Amino acid sequence: MAYSDKVVDHYNNPRNVGSFGKDTPGVGTGLVGAPECGDVMKLQIKVNLETGVIEDAKFKTFGCGSAIASSSLATEWLKGKTVDEAAKIKNTDIVNELKLPPVKIHCSVLAEDAIKAALADYKEKSASAAAPVASK
Amino acid sequence: MALKFPIFMDAQSTTPCDPRVVEAMLPYFTEKFGHPASRNHPFGWEAEAAVDVARGKLAKLIGARDPKELVFTSGGTESINLALKGVAEMYREKGNHIVTTVIEQRAGIDVAKRLERQGFEVTYVPVQPDGLIDVEEIRKAITGKTILISVMFANNEIGTIQDIAAIGKLAKEKSILFHTDATQAVGKTPVDVEAMGIDLLSCTAHLLYGPKGVGALYVRRKGPRVRLAPLFDGGGHERGMRSGTLPVPLIVGFGRAAEIAQQSMAEENARITKLRDRLQDMILSSVDEAFLNGRPDRRLAGNLNISFAYVEGESVLMGLNKETALSSGSACTSATLEPSYVIAALGASAELAHSSIRFSLHRFNTDEEVEYVGQRTIEVIKRLRDMSPLYELAKEGIDLKTIKWKAE
Repeated sequence: MAYSDKVVDHYNNPRNVGSFGKDTPGVGTGLVGAPECGDVMKLQIKVNLETGVIEDAKFKTFGCGSAIASSSLATEWLKGKTVDEAAKIKNTDIVNELKLPPVKIHCSVLAEDAIKAALADYKEKSASAAAPVASK
Repeated sequence: MALKFPIFMDAQSTTPCDPRVVEAMLPYFTEKFGHPASRNHPFGWEAEAAVDVARGKLAKLIGARDPKELVFTSGGTESINLALKGVAEMYREKGNHIVTTVIEQRAGIDVAKRLERQGFEVTYVPVQPDGLIDVEEIRKAITGKTILISVMFANNEIGTIQDIAAIGKLAKEKSILFHTDATQAVGKTPVDVEAMGIDLLSCTAHLLYGPKGVGALYVRRKGPRVRLAPLFDGGGHERGMRSGTLPVPLIVGFGRAAEIAQQSMAEENARITKLRDRLQDMILSSVDEAFLNGRPDRRLAGNLNISFAYVEGESVLMGLNKETALSSGSACTSATLEPSYVIAALGASAELAHSSIRFSLHRFNTDEEVEYVGQRTIEVIKRLRDMSPLYELAKEGIDLKTIKWKAE
């Protein structure tokens, strides 16, 4: 199977590889997939707590080239978006941008799941961080 | 010597034709184009003689007593189909049970599955973690209804060479026919149908530096005389077992390839083993958590199969594929989108099946190529581990089995 130029580019020059401390304020972490399925993505966002804008995003992926490219692209798109805007990223956007063939669509689905999981983690953490203050 | 790219180290998928093979074939496309079944003119006689010479060379390579015991086919897949289906149909009144293994190549597994749908019973003997089939497991699987034992000679993924002589002995003892898929073995490791008690043997030319599109099935004529129902009907060529005009140029090439293999096997295996061992040492000494698949001491000379924990196979190939041709047991590289059932059958975790890479070396690989491929593989694995969440978790001391994974 030949890869699209964009997949090759993201594979060769992955954007935003790395990790944030999980407990850093404003950081949301999503870990999706399973090793036995051959795909695991960890995607993290760092949200500015005052503006609600995603200032930075990082990923690490165990998976094929298309899975690496999907998560790399996702981090690129997440930066600068608000949390609400980020929730609107769809796997089909990733498929179109990377020209993924049908057998690789699951990579884009996993990337969307990773985004959602990171956003959910961020929201959960900011709610629990706010909760004790509110109850006092 | 300057390296020429891409480097081919996928010789268990196919091999390049040896130039001496091509040279032998060429006249049979143009001036010597006769039909070997044309009995009444020199064109036919010439073609028939050429086929007989090739048949003789192949018979010699596998230790067949009589060249007539070889039936030419279109390749390994057809030979396996003819052996299994041919025996099943011919001996059905004798019994309906077949013993085979879980590590047969796709053709072997799929023919067995079809026979099951047609009412045959098939036992798939498991494999030991080192890639070897325990002959006692085969013995235990045999019933009064068993008509055929089919076990591959050498595995296409991990290169493990089975104890074929012991299985042949068991088959003789029980008076059961014994077929071996020797597509990866013929020309690569000594094969002797007489000494090993083989009744049927499948092989193909393109894995021993011959052309694609031709294979053979050895069918024993004496002690016992094996009979087969043909797969297709027609002119009754090849003793009625395989109708169809013989592809004379391909057969001539197959014969020449067999002759070269016989002459050079010992010296060539020593050379290829040295290259393979160098590649293995290079990689295993610089990459942690890299696991050799298959038993090291019973392996085809050119085979090296390693699972690199925490990185997925296709992504490794992608990092190398502009310059090096390898293959992987990863689901993403298979037509079925399932990870390697061979690596999985060894008892490795599914993750390690996704992470397996097969290097298969051949006659024309060089020291320089091995150095280059080894070095580049190490670099690519390091780069991919740096972006692997699993490697990060493992380095933090977290047991991946304790994590509740959210699969799709």
